[in-house]
Amino acid sequence: MSKYSVLGLIKNAFNDNKNWERAWRDPEPKKHYDVIIIGAGGHGLASAFYLAKNHGIKNIAVLEKGYLGGGNTGRNTTIVRSNYMLDENALFYEKSLKLWEQLSHELNFNVMFSQRGVLNLANSDSQMDAITRRGNTMRLNGIDAELLDRRQVKKMIPYLDFSKTARFQIKGGLLQRRGGTARHDAVAWGFARGADQLGVDIIQNCEVTGFKTKGNNIEIVETSRGPIGCGKVGFAVAGSTGHLASKLGMKLPIESHVLQAFVSEPLKPIIDHVVTFGAGHFYISQSDKGGLVFGGDIDMYNSYAQKGNLPLIEDVVTAGLAMIPGLSRLRIVRHWGGIMDMSMDGSPIIGKSPIDNLYLNCGWCYGGFKATPGSGWVFAHTIANDAPHELNAGLNFDRFRVGRSVDENGGGPVPNRH
Amino acid sequence: MLSTKNNQQTKRLSSGGLIDRSKPITFKFDGKPLMGYDGDTLASALLANNIKLVGRSFKYHRPRGIYTAGTEEPNALVALRSNARTEPNTRATNIELFDGLEAKSQNRWPNLFLDFMQINNLAGPLFTAGFYYKTFMGMPGWHFYEHFIRKAAGMGSTELERDPDAYDKKNAFCDILIIGGGPTGLSAALTAGRSGARVLIIDSSKLLGGQLLWELDQIDSKPALQWIESTLEELKEMKNVTIARRTTAFGYYDSNVVNAIESVSDHLPTPEPHTVRQRLWQIRAQKVIIATGATERPLVFSNNDRPGIMLASATRRYVNQFAVKPGNRAVIFANNDDGYKTAVNLAEKDINVRAVVDSRTHVNQFWKTKLEKLGVEIIPGSAVINTHGHFGLTGIDVASLSADQKSTSSQSTFMSADLLAISGGWSPNVHLYCHAGGRPQYEASVAAFIPGVRSQSEYPAGASNGAFSLIDCVTEGINCGNQLVTELGFSKTGFSIPQTDEPTVTPIKALWRIPGKGKKFVDIQDDVTESDIKLAHQEGYISVEHLKRYTTLGMGTDQGKTSNMNGHAIMAEERGEDIETVGTTMFRPPYIPIAMGPLAGRDIGQSYSAKRKSAIHNWHHENGAIFVDAGQWLRPQYYLKNGEANTTENMDVAITREVQGTRGSVGIVDVSTLGKIDIQGADSSEFLNRIYTNGWTKLAIGKARYGLMLREDGIVFDDGTTSRLSEDHYFMTTTTSNAASVLSHMEYCLQVHWPDLDVKISSVTEQWAAMAIAGPKSRDVLQKSTDEEDLSDEALPFMGVNQISINGIPALIFRISFSGELAYEVNVPADYGEYVWRRIMEKGKTDNITPYGTEAMAIMRIEKGHVAGGELDGRTTPDDLGLNKLISSKKEFIGRRLLKREGFLDPKRPKLVGLIPIDGKSRIRTGSILVKDPNASLPMPKLGHVSSGAYLSPTLKHPISLGLITGGTDRIGETVWATSPLHGETNEVKIVDPVFYDKQGERLNG
Amino acid sequence: MIRIKCPYCGLRDHSEFNYIGDATKIRPVSPELANDEEWFDYIYIRDNPRGVHQEYWQHITGCRSYVKVLRDTVTHEVLKTGLPSDDLLFSYEAEK
Repeated sequence: MSKYSVLGLIKNAFNDNKNWERAWRDPEPKKHYDVIIIGAGGHGLASAFYLAKNHGIKNIAVLEKGYLGGGNTGRNTTIVRSNYMLDENALFYEKSLKLWEQLSHELNFNVMFSQRGVLNLANSDSQMDAITRRGNTMRLNGIDAELLDRRQVKKMIPYLDFSKTARFQIKGGLLQRRGGTARHDAVAWGFARGADQLGVDIIQNCEVTGFKTKGNNIEIVETSRGPIGCGKVGFAVAGSTGHLASKLGMKLPIESHVLQAFVSEPLKPIIDHVVTFGAGHFYISQSDKGGLVFGGDIDMYNSYAQKGNLPLIEDVVTAGLAMIPGLSRLRIVRHWGGIMDMSMDGSPIIGKSPIDNLYLNCGWCYGGFKATPGSGWVFAHTIANDAPHELNAGLNFDRFRVGRSVDENGGGPVPNRH
Repeated sequence: MLSTKNNQQTKRLSSGGLIDRSKPITFKFDGKPLMGYDGDTLASALLANNIKLVGRSFKYHRPRGIYTAGTEEPNALVALRSNARTEPNTRATNIELFDGLEAKSQNRWPNLFLDFMQINNLAGPLFTAGFYYKTFMGMPGWHFYEHFIRKAAGMGSTELERDPDAYDKKNAFCDILIIGGGPTGLSAALTAGRSGARVLIIDSSKLLGGQLLWELDQIDSKPALQWIESTLEELKEMKNVTIARRTTAFGYYDSNVVNAIESVSDHLPTPEPHTVRQRLWQIRAQKVIIATGATERPLVFSNNDRPGIMLASATRRYVNQFAVKPGNRAVIFANNDDGYKTAVNLAEKDINVRAVVDSRTHVNQFWKTKLEKLGVEIIPGSAVINTHGHFGLTGIDVASLSADQKSTSSQSTFMSADLLAISGGWSPNVHLYCHAGGRPQYEASVAAFIPGVRSQSEYPAGASNGAFSLIDCVTEGINCGNQLVTELGFSKTGFSIPQTDEPTVTPIKALWRIPGKGKKFVDIQDDVTESDIKLAHQEGYISVEHLKRYTTLGMGTDQGKTSNMNGHAIMAEERGEDIETVGTTMFRPPYIPIAMGPLAGRDIGQSYSAKRKSAIHNWHHENGAIFVDAGQWLRPQYYLKNGEANTTENMDVAITREVQGTRGSVGIVDVSTLGKIDIQGADSSEFLNRIYTNGWTKLAIGKARYGLMLREDGIVFDDGTTSRLSEDHYFMTTTTSNAASVLSHMEYCLQVHWPDLDVKISSVTEQWAAMAIAGPKSRDVLQKSTDEEDLSDEALPFMGVNQISINGIPALIFRISFSGELAYEVNVPADYGEYVWRRIMEKGKTDNITPYGTEAMAIMRIEKGHVAGGELDGRTTPDDLGLNKLISSKKEFIGRRLLKREGFLDPKRPKLVGLIPIDGKSRIRTGSILVKDPNASLPMPKLGHVSSGAYLSPTLKHPISLGLITGGTDRIGETVWATSPLHGETNEVKIVDPVFYDKQGERLNG
Repeated sequence: MIRIKCPYCGLRDHSEFNYIGDATKIRPVSPELANDEEWFDYIYIRDNPRGVHQEYWQHITGCRSYVKVLRDTVTHEVLKTGLPSDDLLFSYEAEK
């Protein structure tokens, strides 16, 4: 497999682009794999990549019911950050951010990780207190964070509503300069190409239909392309986790919800950072193609439909116009939804499951995309060693039972509050 | 201004069209003054002025013209209007011309004719699909490169100025919603309307009639326009039928709710006074007829993007509806009968039609005869393989096509032409059907995806259902209308199917691409070419979703209306599979790009969120209050006295004054924002016993009690004081921020868990104004304010409750204290709130009564070690907050069973303590982190944090804070460090008891 | 917009309601008798089916009733609504 480079691009350009190779193979499933990862989204592919790369496991398959990267990987608002307060989240997401910083190079695939800065606005005194605590914790965890006052925010982002007519005044904000955005599809493709080069079989159009268990172990994964034997199994199916787990008679501390996002018509550069609103659920960034990318809250009801309803979009837009009144005449060109696996404390579950050779990677809520490399990295470790890495030890499945929730927002066991 | 003498509309036909030549309109394009007529679109007016070059393409910056005449326009995007009303990326084909209109071309520098970014065109083979993924991977990182690349991307510009226009929302209900007022929609509306059903028919245009407005079809041997007119006349007479024009359905959501945007004023220079620019419609229908027509497809051949190349139907629309000649010498290239129809039409409108190039070999005799008469050559079994010209088309090359359509003859013929009308067939507009949940199916006989199974009550009919002939549209409309009224229980009415004059159709033969070299554009807006699709296939990006994402096919402002079908079919050919297997991407709402303004409607600026003001707000406002947002509430934060400017220093002065005034004599604070819940019923005590951690059955009538509420998972939820007013009647208060969630929680308990309990609850937050009078003189002042009520310790002891009268006004009075002083909370009916407050202020004058705000209140509660928002952060247990004494061991209550979990008993849990800076003066910021060694390496172990701080306790004369720290009060006397790296501050602090002041509570008695 | 029939107010937009969640979870009737596993299940575990889901919505800007709703989580179609005491799944299956 040839490496991507400027030289390669020029050579191919002179050659009518006829010599580009396939980015990944399209293999038939084998009878047995040492590890089967279910779900060829960013997380599943990253897990397979690091299993092969860091742990030397050779016989790996990633099964995908549709096409790779077709779920939440390709539906999110592409924000990458590690501005968390609780250690269990912060240290994990920071590991992920560090992997992001090397990812294009590591994968030889430009994932367009743009460290343009993520700014969380605070629109009340109590929010200023909250971001102060979070920012200070970040700093003590070795994560970059800066507290901006109103004047500094205005200098950095003058188009926000600093007028007297704003319902909630901007008090300040917490800036993580190393945060930013990435090209979401490229992450899936880069990991797919990387894993494929390391011998991982990525099997698309292969839906898991059931499991055959023996004792407390999964022996066979039944698929639309026939039964496949397995040593270990990892779930990396985000919003479909509940559905897949039900095939094992397992219920989880997870609800599936639809999270919508939308994008404007392409515009010349105007929004240079990722900015989140303090007085409502709204965040914005601008893609390299020029579209303004917007997101907000979940639709609030359980859903497996990859589409939501307009009231939520209206709410998000209303918050958006409260933050940036000048968006009013810009047009939305497309809105869509992804299925979030909302956990009971707003934090992910990466670890062992009640079944001996099954490992869970789920409960990502709003945080799945930014976690992609970190998730794959610790999940691979957990599967290879049958024990979690210290970075995901606190993000285990049992934490709810024993009263060690990792509740960043203090919302309690109600997904709508995270 | 341009006078009519200078009218340069050289391409305007002298007669015909739905334009009003008596109403000339002046407008500007790229600064050049031009003229058009009422009834024009910007596109038709530009063509009338012989302006063909209107924009540059996204990636290669190729010159582009007007490609279509409708919503699907991928090319002619302009910046409409100016300054704060600028609308980038607006389709010239959809803009109704208005007087003074200004439009500018986009994506070019310095101008349309000299665009430096054309260089991209030459480097075309380099900028193929996936280019960016394969490079720019090294140092200094993508963010560096992106800076330059972003500038080249994007289309129109915005300065993000505040929009001067207003927007509105409208709700509608109907039995049958008909989307689209073409022949199908109008026929359906007539049948449904006659039956008596409540019908709403909406259309995006000013004029109803759809394609019939600009086709030469006859209905019952009369021009179609007459049929439209008589149909509309009948519909207008029906009271049960509503017609909405300029209203575009953009999304079909759950439960048959359809949303539309009405362009109220977009056709005007500015909206009329008191009128909105646009309106968002929310339509709830029982049944929905989708009669949204179809979109013509281009053909994919080399250099198929030059100005002068246009969809065949668009050329008909320009000559017929707008009386504009889009060219003088035309060639037509088609794989279906639209080519012939277009040829006849254009020839009749005085355009020199050179030839019809038909990729099919069989030609219908009807058209043969007709074209022969008009002198138009027919070139069957052939294709246009290349075009010439730069800023406009000058000619084309035609070659014969092999039977399998995979190659062309080596010989080609040049034909001079300035207009090439193309038709690759029609794609039904299945967008709304897809939004509703439907999955379209490929239908080979029409070479298009058509609606399949219905998923809600959506009924595609006519062209949007794959029925392209006029007679089929009318028939489907009538049948669909009849079917739906029957299903809804109305009776069917007679309606005869009219006659049309359409010739027999020779079936389309799919032709997805024409062989040959050069750039063959598939997605003409995003510059996606056939070779990009081939490359995507070669590299394994073969699913339609990968194709879309790798090449950006269908991701422009037109969302692939003209490109998706061709692109997907080419991928199917590359894969060697049929189109049905390869499938199509999902259409996502909105059908057309929609402005954000109408989605927010009136909820902008100050109206973004409701503003709640207490009944005493006016007094605060008149007396120097500086307000702070507490959720939606506005609360006085502190009061400035005459002449004090609102500075940090004066804020400190005010807060100190308020605390000292209260502790020294008497103060008063507005606490109306606390949640108040009235609880009545025989089981009220039992109910409180279950939702609070402490016991309630023994609370005497006339007594109040502090209560603690947990979530089911054992975490502290809320606290407040609840009073027993009579045997079966309680009055509960909650924190301001949790008022709504506590009420919902209690309703949930009563309706879901314990419906057997005889309890009724109601929020009375808005019904009562509440004020707390605190300080050693509070009793005296209150005494003077009341009607000789007995307020003695015996009559109203601490935690006592009484119903008294204040100058005849009934008041509920609680002797409770948040400040730690002798204090009373007075609740009066909200309408009397301001009066009672003023009366107390008046009576308290001699004692120097001081109104105080939330800052002084917070300082006093910190001095007393009371927990509030900073401590109730949704992660703390009763034990963490030192509230274990409120946990009853004698009863069940919500949250009890999960308190004993391992994580809750962990000795490492941070617990509530007081903190004082060692130096007695350094301010400790809320949100500082408590650490043992501030110089320890990162990540640094953390002991806890500062949850609430008072920069200065006016009472104790030094800063104090509350915090949570591992070990809690066991560490009293130890010192640790409070660090705020964000501020570069680190201070040594001493751990003390969280109750800083009057631990014995002696001051409660005055 | 999902349209939900409130048993008291009739057919209303879902934006009038607050979504509460899984209605198959029943709080232990005798809290003192339920074991840790039952509490864990009640508080943290969710049914979360892909398909028919029994759930609560509160008609927050209407009559404030808790409405039990049987809804398909794939199509969002509301199949049945009722009072908290109703077993909608049972009656839905029975009617089928």
